[in-house]
Amino acid sequence: MDRRTDMHRRERRRYVIGYGGSLLLTFVVFGIAYQFGIETPGVYMTIGLLGLAQLVVQLVYFLHIDRRRSSREDLDLILFSTLVLLIIIGGTIWVLGNLAMRMHMHVM
Amino acid sequence: MKRAPSHSYPGINLGEGHASAHKASEVVTFGFWVFLMSDLVYFGLMFAIYITMIDAQVGGPGPHELFDLKSIFAQTLILLTSSLTVGLAMLALKYNLPRARIVLWFGVTLVLGLSFLVLEIRDFINMAELGGMPQRSGFLSAYYGLVPLHGLHVAAGCIWLIVLGLQLRIMGMTDLVISRVVRLALFWHFLDLIWIGIITIVYFGGLAYG
Amino acid sequence: MTSTDTGFLGRLNWDAFPVTGLIQNPSANEIVANAAAAIVVVGVVAVVGILTWFRLWGPLWRDWLTSADHKKIGIMYIVFAIVMLARGVLEGVVMRAQQAAGPGDGFLEPDHFAELFSTHGTIMIFFVAVPFVFGVANYLVPLMIGARDVAFPVMNQIGLGLTVSSGMMLMVSLVVGEFSTGGWTAYPPYTGAAFNPGVGPDYWIWAIVVSGIGTTLTGINFAVTIYKLRAPGMKFMRLPMYCWTIICSSILIVFAMPPLGVAALLLAADRYLDFHFFTNDLGGNMMNYANLFWLFGHPEVYLLVLPAYGIYSEVFATFSAKRLYGYNSLVIATMSIAIMSFTVWLHHFFTMGQSALINAVFGIATMLIAIPTGVKVYDWMATLWRGRIRFTVPMLYGLAFLMLFVVGGLSGVILANPTVDYQVHNTLFLVAHFHNVLLPGVLFGLLAAYNYWFPKAFGFRLNEFWGRVSVFCWTVGFLLTFMPLYFVGLMGMPRRSFSWEDPSFHPYMITAVIGALVITCGLFSILIQLWVSIRDRDQTRSPVGDPWDARTLEWSIPSPPPPYNFAIIPKVTDRDDFAAAKERGAAYPTPDAYEDIEMPRNTGIGFVLCVSSGIWMFALVWWIWWLAALMTVLMILAFIIWSFDTSTEVIIPAEEVRKDHEAWLALVRSAPPVDRDHESAPENLGLARPDMEVVS
Repeated sequence: MDRRTDMHRRERRRYVIGYGGSLLLTFVVFGIAYQFGIETPGVYMTIGLLGLAQLVVQLVYFLHIDRRRSSREDLDLILFSTLVLLIIIGGTIWVLGNLAMRMHMHVM
Repeated sequence: MKRAPSHSYPGINLGEGHASAHKASEVVTFGFWVFLMSDLVYFGLMFAIYITMIDAQVGGPGPHELFDLKSIFAQTLILLTSSLTVGLAMLALKYNLPRARIVLWFGVTLVLGLSFLVLEIRDFINMAELGGMPQRSGFLSAYYGLVPLHGLHVAAGCIWLIVLGLQLRIMGMTDLVISRVVRLALFWHFLDLIWIGIITIVYFGGLAYG
Repeated sequence: MTSTDTGFLGRLNWDAFPVTGLIQNPSANEIVANAAAAIVVVGVVAVVGILTWFRLWGPLWRDWLTSADHKKIGIMYIVFAIVMLARGVLEGVVMRAQQAAGPGDGFLEPDHFAELFSTHGTIMIFFVAVPFVFGVANYLVPLMIGARDVAFPVMNQIGLGLTVSSGMMLMVSLVVGEFSTGGWTAYPPYTGAAFNPGVGPDYWIWAIVVSGIGTTLTGINFAVTIYKLRAPGMKFMRLPMYCWTIICSSILIVFAMPPLGVAALLLAADRYLDFHFFTNDLGGNMMNYANLFWLFGHPEVYLLVLPAYGIYSEVFATFSAKRLYGYNSLVIATMSIAIMSFTVWLHHFFTMGQSALINAVFGIATMLIAIPTGVKVYDWMATLWRGRIRFTVPMLYGLAFLMLFVVGGLSGVILANPTVDYQVHNTLFLVAHFHNVLLPGVLFGLLAAYNYWFPKAFGFRLNEFWGRVSVFCWTVGFLLTFMPLYFVGLMGMPRRSFSWEDPSFHPYMITAVIGALVITCGLFSILIQLWVSIRDRDQTRSPVGDPWDARTLEWSIPSPPPPYNFAIIPKVTDRDDFAAAKERGAAYPTPDAYEDIEMPRNTGIGFVLCVSSGIWMFALVWWIWWLAALMTVLMILAFIIWSFDTSTEVIIPAEEVRKDHEAWLALVRSAPPVDRDHESAPENLGLARPDMEVVS
């Protein structure tokens, strides 16, 4: 029973750390946006990177994705999905962005 | 520090002596992951469409007029907290904590999920009053194609939570119910991840480039 | 009329029925439309009548509609696909007849012709190819990997239900209202509310959305089944080639169906809620639709053709009595095709107006796919090389595939060049190309599978003579129909034109309609073959289960297999495990002990969702909002109530398993071993004499 309590404590701590990290990142993101204004050069890039960091924190601490053997196949699945998503989202933006530029769309 | 024993999914190891239930549950959970990835493509495409239509405001109201960052901030905190509480509910179930604790975390998650929805709908109503209806422009169509889709998922999660609460009461803490709670927690965390995409791309991205 | 102010039955009224048109304006066009509607009505009445007369409702319900057995679900998928195939072929014949009528002539009105090519395409892709492919996969995959069922048997049943209900929408559209005239791709803004306010595009949208959900569920199911339920020892590199193609195909479904769902649902938002995703005004961008549709559309063709590649791999190996040549390279080629299929979608709209750089990138990516495909063709040829080849029906389909598919593939490489594509875009050249890959590629593969695995499913072989007639008709019919289209395409005849003026097209069009009639003979010879085979089944029984001296696990069990497939889960030690066991003389072992087997219990949830989703779609198409809402609630409730059911398994006692299995083993011991020269003789009970192994 002792081992179980120990494991419980450890898993709970994992969640709390993840929550703390996410909370911190959220405050920083909104703080930056509030402090500097979203249109300041470099601010959006920073926010984007912090968003990515937030994704990683949640994947590791909430969804328990890491390089351990037991979660390897989920990691593979997520990485493959990311590849496909990058191809189709990146491709869509590239193709339609190019089209919009050449067609002078949305110019009011 | 010694590594914790294998628990690839939060709470999936149903303990010794449940080997077959554990294996079955692992298959189902993996299948659910595959489903989530398919769902992720839905969201990914809606993000892509939003990005391609960010300029298509055709004189209608745009992000600066419509987006209310204070409300978004509140929604973010609520959803994030609910992600913690759904995890705690699952841990309580997994480690056979008293029923009251399980009910407590289930209830808190449900309340947080519903208040998120209330805030989101309030945002939509406010936007509509400012002329921000999906019929107004391609940009607003893209916005309303994406954000309410996430809201719909949260609503489905709330219904699922209620059904699972009932099943806990009627069927007890069986392996089947526990494995369903695991999947609900996965789903809920997944929605949290999508929400991070929404604040980063839809809201901040909209304000930066719209 | 707007979508909000409608009555109790929405916009449904008497004008929706084709017979009204016939009374008001009797013409050849209306007669064709009414004949089609009459076939549907008579067909339904006949089926209901037969079921009632022979008192088959009970068995149908107990043994089929509520079954969660992957084998029965597979057979139901295939029956559904063949019914839809018959309609699709007949539509093709009517279209060819219309175009053969001479310059400026014909018996159909333009809208009717447009409906025909829209339903023909939609049916052939979504309701013939997909269900046929996944029907075969349903039947085979668990048998091949040594499993007792798929990972999610109930989800499997639901997938079937949703596919069938959306297919039925296409049948309903013949009788009530009309189908879309926008082609199988349904490009807006033509299919938007401004240009097309009728019900046609709505039928298309909901059939696509619901069948797409069903297909996605199936894809998830098969990916997980192959990933997680393989028998002990069945490592990935021991999987039969067919299973490799199914896992790739399932991955394609999981990632490629969402774009289609998004495209169709956003089109629905435009049509029903006045959104502006693809409209001409207020910032809509119709090219977003083309982009979404082909993000799905291109992987789709590979998710259809890869399983056919898998089928050919099994057929060539078995009927050459050799191990499949280049297994590793085939696996790598299959995986590469699956991933590359996500990188080429733009070649469907080279003429959109993007930069030359983008066209070049996608053109090159498209040509690159020819490399892994070429690897496969050489591997198959090398498998045949010095094999002991038997020209059975599946093998003949395979050989026809090998020759004709290369032609289709090469015309694809021609089209992959953007400069060439600008010339032949939207001409019949394109139509010839994709029929050239889809008929010899996908359809011949499925027909080969039907002939090859039929004795496994039903315990008797199909008639060889009529099988050969069907191969002949399909091959010759295909050549006569589609080779001329390459030429008229190059001469500049646009696709989808109900009429034309240039007299030099005429001979080609005449040839094509003759070909279409030959194809119809092919379709009928399949039906005759089935009837003759059932009649003569006592001469072709092969209950032992291995009539072709085949190589993979599904042949090591009785034909037809018991509900639990394997009395004892096999332990796999080799790639072609059954062939290796036969060589060692270790096939058909007597087990030491038997155990109780848990199987999924019958459930009605799939049927309930099938019916309710059908009514739901109909209500949405006709704007009957109260009914749509009711059905939404009903479907959610049905699902929730089902989730409370805990007795989802039945136990088959070990004693029963032992009795059946030992009876079969006794049959194995008493059956005469048959060599390959007597494969089609009545004494072939399915026990192969393994003396034909060729040293390669």
